Amino acid sequence: MKFSVTVTLKKDVLDPQGKVVSQTLRNMGIDNLNQVRQGKFFEIDLKEQDQSKAESQVKQMCEKLLVNQIIEDFKINKI
Amino acid sequence: MKSSVIVFPGSNCDRDIAVALEKLQFKNSMVWHKETELPKSDLIVVPGGFSYGDYLRSGAIAAKSNILSEVINAGKKGSLILGICNGFQILIECKLLKGALLRNSGLKFISRNIFVKVQSTTNSFFNKYSKNEVLKLNIAHNEGNYFTDKKHLEELENNQLIPIKYCDEKGNINLKNNPNGSINNIAGIFNKDKNILGMMPHPERMVDKILSGEDGLPLFMSLMN
Repeated sequence: MKFSVTVTLKKDVLDPQGKVVSQTLRNMGIDNLNQVRQGKFFEIDLKEQDQSKAESQVKQMCEKLLVNQIIEDFKINKI
Repeated sequence: MKSSVIVFPGSNCDRDIAVALEKLQFKNSMVWHKETELPKSDLIVVPGGFSYGDYLRSGAIAAKSNILSEVINAGKKGSLILGICNGFQILIECKLLKGALLRNSGLKFISRNIFVKVQSTTNSFFNKYSKNEVLKLNIAHNEGNYFTDKKHLEELENNQLIPIKYCDEKGNINLKNNPNGSINNIAGIFNKDKNILGMMPHPERMVDKILSGEDGLPLFMSLMN
């Protein structure tokens, strides 16, 4: 069973990389840009058939290793 | 005094810190991260470098290594722990210290000498300095931009848990003299009990006149006290 995990910096945390990317996009002529937040993406393949069990395992992985919850948020999706 | 320096794949300041400790007659052991027992130590140093190539987040993988659970136990029992640069990042990742170290605000790796001002000397690490003393130390990092929430920041400020802040040569603390954007110019912090110190500057690089200065030496002398 495969899951995707998207990790982004929290709203209140300055994202200098996202800022530079959005500035560059503006310089390239994109004038309707609100903002860009840069993040990380993980694809996790689990040997598990029970979806709720698998999901709670991925959540644990996020909380224990993949995400620094002081500065980052995460989203889990089944793929 | 006995000390242990923890070594990870990618540590690169481990030998520098060992030289500094041995200069002050510490009986030092180098401890590989796969070890499960720590030698009896008065001081544990988590050195700088790029443990595990900074994969995932700086310090995140090292924080899960075998020996770190021993370091965490020792820290909770009151042992003195010093984390320098990547060591600071590791202490944050294993939650011995609160907050986070973000990418430098200028998005560049910074390697240069900077100045810090000593804010507090009533602790095991800075008692050989005087208050408001300005030190020339070296920094070399990409993620040194310390960040924490408002409540913890107040706790740090009110309890003298910020021993050093970035400043200029004359000791002025302001945004202009902040190399990495860290909140309130923080260069290092203590835990509540002041037995655990994390700092971005490298005191071990300033323990000899021929190595551009001796401003780091009193830190190790303080620990001998």
